Amino acid sequence: MPQTMYEKIWEAHLVRESQGDTAILYVDRHLVHEVTSPQAFEGLRAAGRKAVHPEKTFATMDHNVSTRTKDMNLIEKTSRIQMETLARNCLDFGIKCYDFADEEQGIVHVIGPEMGITLPGMVIVCGDSHTSTHGAFGALAFGIGTSEVEHVLATQTLQQNQAKTMLIKVDGSLKPGGTPKDIILAVIGKIGTAGATGYVVEYAGSAIREMSMEGRMTVCNMSIEAGARAGMIAPDEKTFDYLKGREYAPKGKLWEKAVIYWKTLPSDPQAEFNKTVELDTGGLAPQVTWGTSPGQVVSVEDRVPDPETLDDPVERAAGNNALKYMDLKPGMPVAGIPIDKVFLGSCTNGRIEDLRAAAEIIKGRKIHKKVQAIVVPGSGRVRRQAEQEGLDKIFTQAGFEWRYAGCSMCLGMNDDQLKPGERCASSSNRNFEGRQGPGGRTHLMSPIMAAAAAIEGEIVDVRKYL
Amino acid sequence: MNPFTQHTGIAVPLDRVNVDTDAIVPKQFLRKVERTGFGKHLFHEWRYLDYEGTKENPDFILNKPENRRASVLLARDNFGCGSSREHAPWALADYGFRVIIAPSFADIFYNNCVKNGILLVVLKTQEVEALFQQVMQKPGAQITADLEKQTVTGPQGKEYHFDINAFSRACLLKGLDQIGWTQQFVDKIRDFEQKLKQEKPWLA
Repeated sequence: MPQTMYEKIWEAHLVRESQGDTAILYVDRHLVHEVTSPQAFEGLRAAGRKAVHPEKTFATMDHNVSTRTKDMNLIEKTSRIQMETLARNCLDFGIKCYDFADEEQGIVHVIGPEMGITLPGMVIVCGDSHTSTHGAFGALAFGIGTSEVEHVLATQTLQQNQAKTMLIKVDGSLKPGGTPKDIILAVIGKIGTAGATGYVVEYAGSAIREMSMEGRMTVCNMSIEAGARAGMIAPDEKTFDYLKGREYAPKGKLWEKAVIYWKTLPSDPQAEFNKTVELDTGGLAPQVTWGTSPGQVVSVEDRVPDPETLDDPVERAAGNNALKYMDLKPGMPVAGIPIDKVFLGSCTNGRIEDLRAAAEIIKGRKIHKKVQAIVVPGSGRVRRQAEQEGLDKIFTQAGFEWRYAGCSMCLGMNDDQLKPGERCASSSNRNFEGRQGPGGRTHLMSPIMAAAAAIEGEIVDVRKYL
Repeated sequence: MNPFTQHTGIAVPLDRVNVDTDAIVPKQFLRKVERTGFGKHLFHEWRYLDYEGTKENPDFILNKPENRRASVLLARDNFGCGSSREHAPWALADYGFRVIIAPSFADIFYNNCVKNGILLVVLKTQEVEALFQQVMQKPGAQITADLEKQTVTGPQGKEYHFDINAFSRACLLKGLDQIGWTQQFVDKIRDFEQKLKQEKPWLA
């Protein structure tokens, strides 16, 4: 029977089929960071359990690290305790940790792919919802809670129920100014923030095939914002080219053997999905969120919508709440909304390609004098690469601050935060109330849109800079 | 984990869709390395007027005198979306919530609640709406959830049936140690790993 890629990977990882209870799924790679893991290690200790395959788990520090300093002594105490706890736990349980001092330290979803820890056909989990990023390589990758982190450490497996399958077919070539971020924002706007709950999404179509690996990661990354358990994209030559030679990728004969297997992963032509959604990107204009949920999104050519026109009273209330929180009025043009801060970075858009594209817009220009703008590379490696290319100079000469790698202002666990009432043009993934700092207001957009907003001090259509 | 069989408690209506885990417990409280003590930070931004959490917001539904001891949360669609942080169910449980009723829940949040002895009840939108109406008309009213019978009984005595995955139900009823449950299949895991070494040596 024809199978989807998800079904193939699921079947290849079944340790035990469900017998009216739950299936047990094998986990190939487990990624760990400082915030959602301490209680899991403590649980293992309390029960006298070990990590059964420490070599299949990799750790780094990203969520609350400082992006201003590499001096541990200057880091706020509770964050430092969490970082030190992770280092100690990794030492005790024999896990490789790319800690704060390591030059490869970075956002867990950036370093996994760039070191070849992420490979096609794997089951990859992490105590972080944006684990869906790794699905860009044709892996089944999803976020888990801390109890499940403990379960994976103790058994190298997870209890799972098979999800439904959704195909999102994205066709048409992106026009200049359109980016993978705009595609995924448009998808979420179309199907809603719970539109893919209970599903694993596979993205296909010409726009996805044309996309770089970085772009595919951006798309898969935000699958969770549509409620999906995971997002995935079939591996192809681009995937193999990206991975070849990376430190944890197989070498020589093993590489050849792996590629033969990886080529069997894509969904069979006749495979059936439980649901199919189609999106034409041909005329897609840059997207911007106006509210406090990623589904509250319009194009930069549009006006802020009027919630009063919605039929559903619950949705209407949500829209009105969002407008109040965001301090916006229905009917205002999105272009022209003034901003205070710009954040370039995150597991969604903190990769080298994102920084190159933003630098292209910034080059030879200055940011608006009232704007504070920061660039936070996704990893130490992205930062080094950008510096080799001279991107750091372009950013700093324009007035951006050039920072060290981390999650930073995407979730504001460190000292990179919005103040109450401040408005941010952000390349990150969530515009929830208070996400970037209590009382802060977030507009999600692509990195090039955020770069253009930095120059003008307001939301602006980046296409005029192309 | 405490077993869950049946629970009756004051129901509080949280009339918002897409309540995310950032709202349930904001990031500034995620720096702890313990599982306990998160209840005082639950819904922090809505519950308090100040950042420090010293001044309660009297308008927030949980702060109304009749809801002080609520243990059943009525919620809207997509409750628990966003970050995978298990701190959210830890905060809900520590505050005293044992049951949450909504038309839909986010996937990871659902799993996290089962692991923490919180029963999540999915009812049809109109059924949840009916419960909202009843509780809003009679603040402080109680709702009963019975996991063995898979029913919820509203303040006016009307019973609603709910479906739940058989394994989640068993875990909650027994307060199961899920790691222990999986470990009974350790031979199967070893067999799988043997096969992996032969067939996909780059993964072994």
